Amino acid sequence: MSETVRKKGAIGYILLAPALLWLVLFFLIPFYSLVATSLFNADGSDFRGYTVVYEWSNYTNAIKEYYPQILRSLKYGAIATFLCLILGYILAYAIAFKSGRWKNLMLVLVIAPFFTSFLVRTLSWKLILADDGVVVNTLQFLHILGANGHLLYTPFAVVMGLTYNFLPFMVLPLFASIDKIDYRLIEASNDLYANPVVGFFKVTWPLSLPGVVSGTLLTFIPAVGDYINDQLLGNTQTRMIGNTIQSLFTEANDYPAASALSVILMLMIVALVVGYVKRAGTEDLL
Amino acid sequence: MSHLAEHTEAPAEGIATGGLELRGLTKEFATFTAVDNLDLDVPSGSFFALLGPSGCGKTTTLRMVAGLETPTAGTIRLGERDITNDKPYRRPVNTVFQNYALFPHLDIFENVAFGPRRRKTGNVDAEVNAMLELVELGNQARKKPAQLSGGQQQRVALARALINKPEVLLLDEPLGALDLKLRRQMQIELKRIQDEVDTTFIHVTHDQEEAMTMADTIAVMNAGLIEQMGAPDELYENPRTTFVANFLGQSNLISGTIRGRDGDMTSVDMQGIAVTVPQERTHAAGDRGWVGIRPEKVLIGHEGEALDAPGNTIPGGVVTDVSFVGVSTQYLVRMAWGQELQVFEQNTGRRRLFRPGDQVELSWRPVYAFLLDHDQAAAAGAQLESV
Repeated sequence: MSETVRKKGAIGYILLAPALLWLVLFFLIPFYSLVATSLFNADGSDFRGYTVVYEWSNYTNAIKEYYPQILRSLKYGAIATFLCLILGYILAYAIAFKSGRWKNLMLVLVIAPFFTSFLVRTLSWKLILADDGVVVNTLQFLHILGANGHLLYTPFAVVMGLTYNFLPFMVLPLFASIDKIDYRLIEASNDLYANPVVGFFKVTWPLSLPGVVSGTLLTFIPAVGDYINDQLLGNTQTRMIGNTIQSLFTEANDYPAASALSVILMLMIVALVVGYVKRAGTEDLL
Repeated sequence: MSHLAEHTEAPAEGIATGGLELRGLTKEFATFTAVDNLDLDVPSGSFFALLGPSGCGKTTTLRMVAGLETPTAGTIRLGERDITNDKPYRRPVNTVFQNYALFPHLDIFENVAFGPRRRKTGNVDAEVNAMLELVELGNQARKKPAQLSGGQQQRVALARALINKPEVLLLDEPLGALDLKLRRQMQIELKRIQDEVDTTFIHVTHDQEEAMTMADTIAVMNAGLIEQMGAPDELYENPRTTFVANFLGQSNLISGTIRGRDGDMTSVDMQGIAVTVPQERTHAAGDRGWVGIRPEKVLIGHEGEALDAPGNTIPGGVVTDVSFVGVSTQYLVRMAWGQELQVFEQNTGRRRLFRPGDQVELSWRPVYAFLLDHDQAAAAGAQLESV
């Protein structure tokens, strides 16, 4: 008896090994390297070399210097996630309940943008939002935008880019959740004196919460750390934390500061996610 | 039984009964007509069954009454009020859905409280507790639907609808998901609850036995139309169409030619044998008809044996199949004209069973026979018998 148990245990570890190896190689070692780099002496350079001196001031300095970018990233990420949630919910609801036999086609259309590179799609927004482009001209003609107004290189363009690029990450989990809802539950709510609006908030919305939680996480996390949208659609006043880390690494060669910022970003997101999931209370959903 | 009397007195046209009144109700979908110009009166306080095979339009009718489907034409009135175009959440009608449709994220208490909370009526807690007591689920209030058995979920669905004191309660195959034993139990319980709350119940089912046990009025529906409506015994004993004769129980239908309609009897030449059928059980217009007789009304005896059935005696039968069922024995008897008739005989033990190959003669009392229109298919509804 005890031998079989031990045997089972051994088999379990053997089966776990590939995953553990993967984690060690591609997460733990790089992560260790990142944390170590963030604690290098700040005056180190590629010529003089670096040493781990537990330079915690790298962190305090990074926060002091770059907190506007950190806050801006959280703000842009939050706005983009919120916009994605509204657009994505409507889209996912329509695909799940109203698209009939077009359902599969609609889903393919949602992921169709992935057939083109992220970079190319973001670049094409530059053309669409350009100063003498169709959008700007139309808005100017309608006097929604002033004669000198423009869209490209504004916070609007950055948030719009984020919303556009991460929308599928919101739609797919939302669709998976909404599609699972038995439509008769919605009919039952109507039968029990809930008008469509009340029925939505009492039945559809709570039952779709798992999709809302995973969709917002899948959107918010990459959106906060994104640097492509800001780099292509923003200006120097819209710099996000991702851009800062990228330029510290590749242009300023300030590895300790860049690493410290990366770790800060990561811890911040982990803290937010844990708090969020706890509040959303997924254990209460089913 | 008091409901029965109420039903027979129910006025047919236009006069408010306080009950449900469907007039010319039609529902067309893209490719077919589900409900075709349906007229129906459901008296207030009755236990009414809409019985039919799947696809006959009974569920669509129910959904139109609930407001979940918009009629293509026709009106739905509830007492004085025309509810045809009312939204489902504005009608005094509630539904017990097939498979219950309980809200999985709410506990039993909140499921039942859903209606009262929307309407913001009275003391919700007290009402819910009283209702849970009625369906004997008082101690399960804080469980989630998934933690309950099928029968318990069924009762929650019932409580959730009944707590709103609807004028009409719609039940869409409410017992379909339960096993046989539980179904019997719930049939009795449903009747008890209906007696207690005195609400009009409209029960949609494809199970003829369920409809006959529970309802005081049954409407048999086929292909979007009501074939016949009446008390269960009335429908069973005096079916007006071959569909009803076959769908509700089983029938022997034998082709015959009408010889005369004298007095209160119709005389028929049935394959060369003269038989009679009471006038009020004659539903054939032309000069041909199907003579119908229920298998348990047919007596079986040795040739020349004097059977207690003056009037219709048919000699020349040969037993081809014997099924011993315990309480009864079911015989198949091939008649002289080649048709096989079914005979059910109670196992009273008064004599030995017949064996395949035995020469027998059949007979029945003329009052039990009925005569149906020959234009209708003899097999209509036979294959659709409930599971």
